[in-house]
Amino acid sequence: MGKLKTITRRGFLVGSAAIAGGAAFGVYNFKTPIKNPLLADLKNGEVALTPFIKITSDGVTLITPRADKGQGSYSMQMYLLAEELDVDPLTVQQTPGKPDAAYYNGVVIDEGAPGLGEIVGKLTGMQITGGSSTVPDMFVRLRYAGAVARETLKLAAANKFGADVASLKTENGSVVLADGRRVPYTELASAAASIEPVQDVTLRDEKQWRYLGKNMQRVDITPKSTGTEQYGIDKRMKGMLFATVRANPAMGAGVASYDASKAEQMLGVEKVVSIQSGVAVIATNTWLAFQAANAIDIVWNNGSFPSSSAEMWRVLEDHAKPEFQNVQRKSDGDVDVAFESGEVLEAEYRAPHLAHAPLEPMNAVVLVTDEAIDIWTGTQIPRFIEDHVAAATGRDKTEIRLHVEPMGGSFGRRLEDTYVLQAVEIAQAMKGTPVKMTWSREEDMAHDYPRPMALAKAKGKVSGKQIDALKLDLVSASLMGSQMGRLGLPAAGPDAMLTTGADDQPFAFNHYQVTGYKAPEMVPISSWRSVAASQNGFFHECFIDELVSQAGADPIAERIRLCNDEVSRKVLEEVAQISAWSGANPEQGRGRGVAFVRSFGVPVAEVIDVTMTDDGIRIDNVFVVADVGKVLDPINFEAQVYGAVIYGLGHAINSELTYENYKPQQTNYHTYQGMRLYQTPNIVVKGLENAEKIRGIGEPGLPPAAPALANAIFAATGKRMREMPFNKHIDFV
Amino acid sequence: MKLNINGEEREVEVPNEMPLLWVLRDELGLSGTKYGCGIAQCGACTVHLNGMAVRSCQIPVGAIGTSSVTTIEGIGTPDEPHPVQQAWIDDQVAQCGYCQSGQIMQAASMLKMNPNPSDEDIDKAMSGNLCRCGSYPRIREAIRRAVKNITEA
Ligand code: FES
Ligand code: FES
Repeated sequence: MGKLKTITRRGFLVGSAAIAGGAAFGVYNFKTPIKNPLLADLKNGEVALTPFIKITSDGVTLITPRADKGQGSYSMQMYLLAEELDVDPLTVQQTPGKPDAAYYNGVVIDEGAPGLGEIVGKLTGMQITGGSSTVPDMFVRLRYAGAVARETLKLAAANKFGADVASLKTENGSVVLADGRRVPYTELASAAASIEPVQDVTLRDEKQWRYLGKNMQRVDITPKSTGTEQYGIDKRMKGMLFATVRANPAMGAGVASYDASKAEQMLGVEKVVSIQSGVAVIATNTWLAFQAANAIDIVWNNGSFPSSSAEMWRVLEDHAKPEFQNVQRKSDGDVDVAFESGEVLEAEYRAPHLAHAPLEPMNAVVLVTDEAIDIWTGTQIPRFIEDHVAAATGRDKTEIRLHVEPMGGSFGRRLEDTYVLQAVEIAQAMKGTPVKMTWSREEDMAHDYPRPMALAKAKGKVSGKQIDALKLDLVSASLMGSQMGRLGLPAAGPDAMLTTGADDQPFAFNHYQVTGYKAPEMVPISSWRSVAASQNGFFHECFIDELVSQAGADPIAERIRLCNDEVSRKVLEEVAQISAWSGANPEQGRGRGVAFVRSFGVPVAEVIDVTMTDDGIRIDNVFVVADVGKVLDPINFEAQVYGAVIYGLGHAINSELTYENYKPQQTNYHTYQGMRLYQTPNIVVKGLENAEKIRGIGEPGLPPAAPALANAIFAATGKRMREMPFNKHIDFV
Repeated sequence: MKLNINGEEREVEVPNEMPLLWVLRDELGLSGTKYGCGIAQCGACTVHLNGMAVRSCQIPVGAIGTSSVTTIEGIGTPDEPHPVQQAWIDDQVAQCGYCQSGQIMQAASMLKMNPNPSDEDIDKAMSGNLCRCGSYPRIREAIRRAVKNITEA
């Protein structure tokens, strides 16, 4: 680990402010050289200061601006604050707070434009949850906020009791005086708000950590185990009506005509509303709304992109040409010269469109009044929603109030917000009445903003028992172009996502070239758990395996030989260790495969064991080693790796979206299965802590899963899996 | 019509063919039971009908009659969790948690009928319940823990 202790004011300033009945501690809004004129007549400090901690006579509230989609980020943010503040995360209050620019994410943008994140993030106030960035972004910031609050409370206590600050301790929400008397923070809050906050604090050494580094009890575990967690879809308000929509699956193309005469007569239907993307029904309950929506005859406009997957594949094939070259960050040696002699191995790989399909269908509750538009929903992009709703309705941004609700999964799905905009359109037709809009699962599957389909043409050569040359040409539509375009942040220049996961790996081949080719946007696409590394890691690692076996080398030993990064090498060595690796073929009918992908800065190696049974391939074991610099919460670290491996394997085995007439043919979970419990292998997870920087683990466990499985299947059967999902080519148990 | 839900008589006025799931959620405000697919593919809507796990999205409310319906809210509470819920808490199963009401109801009904299930029994009973977050390894652990909790109790 680096010297994190010494970092105190890294581009942020923590301060305090008086609020009704107490104090708030957190980050000041933009520190412009010119004094912000607004600050002059501020009465309530909350506007100038975006708090992470609020203390009033009623209690302590911790504010956790990064969204929790199930990955446990609320808990992590609370424990980071609590570690320095000395409170019990299980007994204090928690809230995601109001969307605010001061909650900018300085890490997520770094992945696309290294080094620029901190600046760009601040400028755009890009409050995004994603890219496994919560821990790296918040690790110092929140502990620092906690420490400033604690030291300021101690100073307030010292003043009040005429004590020496050095004689004071803090414990479980109280300052403890030298004589043992305990003064609760709640009693010191007002006094603390009226003094200059103590800025020069030293973060505690990790040896003193009470919570971090040990298994944490998730703050939401009891509600989530008793049916009492209130998700967005569970929101209820007095007088609320229930709605659903049917929108054109050819996203953006809208409606040619519709006939709702039957639906309008149906029981419970209050109103049929025409919205930009389709038609909505408002009714007295969700089921009645579903029934009526299905009874509407709709003629859709044709989309502006190819209508079928077959045509889309042809578009990709047509774009693997020099004139469509978009990005090339890796070009070592000279692959063309290398391929002039000797035997050249060639292969083509494919990855399909994939839906995120979180279990909670998209939904939002909206109340439109003269005063404001209130929105309750689960999202990863709160500030963008406020902007988009303001633009769509012509209302002032201050009148858009977003309340972020607990989420039933996301996997990147909630980086998009059309469902929210639809709900706003509907609620505008019912001014004064709260309306809950819920998508049916079918609507959800048809409008998912999937992972892009991608094509890889691979060429390679071995020399003796070693890999000598590797060339990958990767073709897909630009994910950043599609996604950032909708966020109003047009991505100019090359799109690194075309090659990420394949050209940023810690391997040194003599001749090594990775090129990204950009196809036009077809289906609108977005970030799917682990983003580009999920397909590019698959291409890269499977083709390496092909070369390794042609060379007759050992898959782990050859990767270690080629590895040019110490931390990654140790990950490979460790996975060999914990899987008792002795080669790819343990015995007849069984196979072992390995894959390694570094994504979001986290090197991860996985070894998978499979057995060929009469009913098909059974996945027996998965051994995972990952290095995130510091494992802050071992029990959740393991859960996130389980989840990423299972998500990666499930989709690789049996999931794809195939389009026909602009519409995905997969309409529900019967044709989009993912992994089920009976297919779930034994998974062994080990975290290493050699990396210099601390990283998140929500995504990096995913990319090696599919290639490790493909390589294991090859070891067991001699068949190469060059196209996902693999069940197109082999049966699974 | 009258329904017996979590030991209480409730009265609703809805069409006979309306699925129990939506009656619970939208008419009675029992939102612990979740909608995931509506076609018996995910198990998020699992409740007990006379003690048996069923998919409430598939049960027309008119067919229930005097049968007793138990939802996740009816088996335990945050202060007094059911042994299966306690095991879920202890093993920290939930990630997003959206599937977990259904998982817990399914597991509780399995354990009632089969207090000492084999790995295969667990695979069979639990594989209709989808978890998109991949909490399956923890679900297995929690079921084993619940078996222990219940037999030792
Ligand atoms: S909602 Fe009933 S099984 Fe999915
Ligand atoms: S915990 Fe998220 S779907 Fe199961």
